[in-house]
Amino acid sequence: MKKMIAIMLSILMLMACLTACGSKEEKSVSTDGSTSMSKVINALGEAFMENNSGVNFTYNATGSGTGITAVKDGTCDIGLSSRYLKDSEKAEGLKETILAIDGIAIIVHSENPVADLTLEQISAIFKGEIKNWSEVGGSDGEIVLIGREESSGTRDGFESITDTEDACAYRQELTSNGAVLTAVAENPNAIGYVSLSSVKDTVKAICVNGVAPSEATIKDGSYAVQRPFVLVTKEGVELSETAQAFFDFATSSAASEIISAAGVVPVN
Amino acid sequence: MKNDKLFERIVHGIFLILGLVTVACVLLITVYLVVSGIPAIAQIGLWDLLFGKAWVPTGSEPQFGILPFILSSVYGTAGALVLGVPIGFLTAVYLSKKASPKVKQLMSAAVSLLAGIPSVVYGLVGMMVLVPGIRDLFSLPDGASLLAAIIVLAIMILPSIISVSITALDAVPKEYEDASLALGATPEETWFRVSVPAAKSGIATAVVLGVGRAIGEAMAVMMVSGNVANMPSLFESVRFLTTAVSSGMGYADGLYRQALFSIALVLFLFIMLINAVLNFFLKGEKRS
Repeated sequence: MKKMIAIMLSILMLMACLTACGSKEEKSVSTDGSTSMSKVINALGEAFMENNSGVNFTYNATGSGTGITAVKDGTCDIGLSSRYLKDSEKAEGLKETILAIDGIAIIVHSENPVADLTLEQISAIFKGEIKNWSEVGGSDGEIVLIGREESSGTRDGFESITDTEDACAYRQELTSNGAVLTAVAENPNAIGYVSLSSVKDTVKAICVNGVAPSEATIKDGSYAVQRPFVLVTKEGVELSETAQAFFDFATSSAASEIISAAGVVPVN
Repeated sequence: MKNDKLFERIVHGIFLILGLVTVACVLLITVYLVVSGIPAIAQIGLWDLLFGKAWVPTGSEPQFGILPFILSSVYGTAGALVLGVPIGFLTAVYLSKKASPKVKQLMSAAVSLLAGIPSVVYGLVGMMVLVPGIRDLFSLPDGASLLAAIIVLAIMILPSIISVSITALDAVPKEYEDASLALGATPEETWFRVSVPAAKSGIATAVVLGVGRAIGEAMAVMMVSGNVANMPSLFESVRFLTTAVSSGMGYADGLYRQALFSIALVLFLFIMLINAVLNFFLKGEKRS
């Protein structure tokens, strides 16, 4: 009986303790934009918050267009875009700073004789216009397209670069780079795409327009299947102290390891 | 004396609260699903959502038809039952009535082990063995298909069907069987004409459990079915209701995200409906 009361009391007290934790005013950085950048920007945000206690970092995954508009309207500190700014947007006083480059490797089965495709061929293959490997110099076999699910940033990047949005006739839509690697490694007629950083020896990454994918060829721009991750700010408008600190941190060489770990190529 | 009564009341209260936790969870989930699923249904339109054949959530003109998912889930579950129920049921009859105690012990252990394997392992083995196997066997360009999902689901529902059926068959009073044998029936006739009908409701429960597991499974199905929003066909890649939700949830936003909640709501109502219908039939039979 007494024990019972003691237990109940202690539970009550514990709950009171938990609810008592108050919150205080915090310095903050708000970012808004590209969903493809969620991995890299969240990693940077976490590292930034770890180094600067008391700072609140927020990221709104809305899309490049919305992020750019948000900066223009001043509703966020830093906009995130996974494409270059248009000239019209620059004319409106927006400034782009390239944070990193997202490279996408096109992979096939390791025994597939095809080693080089043009961007046009890749586009035609994924649209279903080229259906057999023999049409692009391979052995006879129906091409099997392995892709990612609709909400994937890699899919969005691949389809926007190859101009195949909504036109891909996938045979499989898998939910991770690893699953795509496995599926391609299992099927001699498969072709798929993954982030450059997740390519493994179990598959063959093919050359695009004669250029093999690597950090170097992505940085110098010769490898075609790539897109920039851009930080968008307003020209002539000063960022808040915290936002500026985050901006400096993200573009510093110290952040490049975090950026690489998130699967993209840092430029600084 | 008074103290004892107070104590009893407190204990009663504690048990009541614990019981209410379960009820509260069900209510909470139901309310949450309805509240978050309704907006997308209102925006897309119930008819377009349920009977639309195209699922293009991120296109320039988004379309949110989930008929392919509904049909894939129905066909997949039905297929798994067609394969899994006869195997599971006959295994249960064998283990309960015919097998020697040693064999029964060994095989029961194997069945429980099968039940304990995580679904991601089923998916992985399916992906590495079953999918290439189907590709080679039927000379398809790729093996990830409805058939692969059906086979994986059939294996996954076996343990629940077998173990629940065995329990039901074991519970049939020995007098029934003795009487049948004494009347000159062979053992086989006794099992199928006396034991099985007597254990009918238990076996039906086993099937209901199998349906629940098959229709609710996401992970294993996602890994072997190819996960493309096609209208279902045995050798084509398909996407189930469960996998539609889980594959999109990671990064989806806006109406797409809300539509995923609508899918979850449809799945939820679907399972409720199936359970209600099956329970109705089971109880109906008990009454008659």
